[in-house]
Amino acid sequence: MTSLLPQTTPTRSQTADRGEPIERPLSPLKKRARRIDRVLTYVPLALFLIFTLIPFYWMLLFAFRPSGSTSLVLWPITFEHFETVWNGSGFGIYFKNSLFVAVMSLLTSTVIALLGGYALARFKFRGKALFLVAMLCTQFVPGAMMLIPLFEIFNSVGLTDSLWSLIISDTVFHLPLSLILMSGFIRNVPMELEEAAWVDGCTRIQAFRLVVLPLLKPGIVAVGSFAFISAWNNFLFAIMFISSQDQFTVPVGLSYLLGEFGADFGALAAGGVIAIIPVVLLFAYVQKFLVQGLSAGAVKG
Amino acid sequence: MSVIAPHRAAKPLQRKNNARLRRLYPYFLIGPAAVLTLVFLVYPVGSVFYYSLQHSNVTQPWNDGFAGQDNFVAMGADPLFWRSLTFTLQWVVVEVGLQFIFGLALALLINKTFIGRALARSLVFSPWAVSGILTTTIWILIYNPSTGIGRYLADIGIGEYGVSLLSGSGTTFWAVVLAEMWKGIPFFAILILADLQSVSLELYESADVDGAGTLRKFLSITWPHIRQAVVIATLLRAVWEFNNVDLLYTLTGGGPAGATTTLPLYVAQTAIHDRDFGYGSALTVVAFMILTFFSLVYLRITKSKEDDK
Repeated sequence: MTSLLPQTTPTRSQTADRGEPIERPLSPLKKRARRIDRVLTYVPLALFLIFTLIPFYWMLLFAFRPSGSTSLVLWPITFEHFETVWNGSGFGIYFKNSLFVAVMSLLTSTVIALLGGYALARFKFRGKALFLVAMLCTQFVPGAMMLIPLFEIFNSVGLTDSLWSLIISDTVFHLPLSLILMSGFIRNVPMELEEAAWVDGCTRIQAFRLVVLPLLKPGIVAVGSFAFISAWNNFLFAIMFISSQDQFTVPVGLSYLLGEFGADFGALAAGGVIAIIPVVLLFAYVQKFLVQGLSAGAVKG
Repeated sequence: MSVIAPHRAAKPLQRKNNARLRRLYPYFLIGPAAVLTLVFLVYPVGSVFYYSLQHSNVTQPWNDGFAGQDNFVAMGADPLFWRSLTFTLQWVVVEVGLQFIFGLALALLINKTFIGRALARSLVFSPWAVSGILTTTIWILIYNPSTGIGRYLADIGIGEYGVSLLSGSGTTFWAVVLAEMWKGIPFFAILILADLQSVSLELYESADVDGAGTLRKFLSITWPHIRQAVVIATLLRAVWEFNNVDLLYTLTGGGPAGATTTLPLYVAQTAIHDRDFGYGSALTVVAFMILTFFSLVYLRITKSKEDDK
């Protein structure tokens, strides 16, 4: 079943279009001011874009140009470095491991955040404030500090050198953000819709499944993607908890490439491209939800 | 939508049970999150406090047992501790200061209406998705003396060939700061942008009618709206930069000669590399105390915000 109602949150363009625009001929002075304003927008923006994109370009350059070349133009391209890294350095296996960790973290984070986020958005309950404070406080726990005790826990249950140790620790460290984002998205779904469904005889769970869930799709995509990105990028836990090479994730593999001095920079860059492409694509897709989710949840309290 | 008929004729007793069950609903819902947090965060934090009072060094098995304040006393006389603490503060202040200036500027820019805004947004924010070791990989390629920017600058006659920006004592700090800013500015901007978008356009229109200038509009409309977000973003960034391990660990390894070792990095070296759990935990406790101060400020701010409503 698709959503019962169109999205009710007003978008910016709707609010902006509410008043009738008044067309007035611009005075020369105003015209000049407008031109200055445009320059003041585009010039700094171009500088920001250059600062952002040059590092990406630099890596692509190293990854795709033939060994020995010093050309600064991304042409002609070769895939020799990808071949080396994927088959020769085991990135094929690391990629599979990383994908497994990231997808499992995505699933666990999203499900737990859906449950908890619903409770935070829709219920008043004793201990809610305490729970929120505890969740927020976890943002202040340094990951490096948790290494020893986490290692001991995983060691005692035989999970060291297992990808599950990464899935669990990634999920735990990502939970506060997931929960806060998700409860923000749920709060954005009008309560009246759910109540209407109850009146129609739905149970709470049915109402959630039939009414809230379809409207929540952007939120779920966003929360899931962020969980994926943070698990995909996680380096500290991966390098500390994993020791056998067939369990390496992509960041660990990269750090080994980095460690080899006089490294093959083409291979390193190719490994970087392999590591970056999934997260950048996902991010480009969900970044608009991020802004939405933050304004609905975290920053707005 | 099909109308689902009420299918349960509720008996009084059942209704009572249901009411009790309903009160437990939220606890079932937050249960998984709470249990995970307790087992994998709260318990570990507690055990770090326990270890900080113990002698626990794998390389010194004869020296075992209760240590009392020993670890903390040792810290006072440990120059590496003091240096890492000083560097951490320097790192946080410089990073957050620069990210504040550029993050705010970027948020204001990207909030304007212009052609290609959506694309520009995706592009300038993308480094945020590229964190940790991936950032390092990029900047290693840029800073490497034989293949990086330095080489090309030397080729066209600027600077010296073979200068490593990451091992010169004067340049290392700024080289790392720049790399961290590359991914830090976007997130700072995202947090502020979220609030900027909630500012009603009508306010600006009426300010235009009143003849207000750009600066006046910023100070009277924009700033009061985003102040809260700016404060929170600043604090969050401060905590994250404080805890940042990935970038420094991989880009400089804390070097040259410990010059870029932050407190958490020193913790990791002590506890994992030197296997001194007791001392590492004591260092951690100090780091935790400092961060608790941050979190108290943070909670105070968010709380006073709720009171405003």
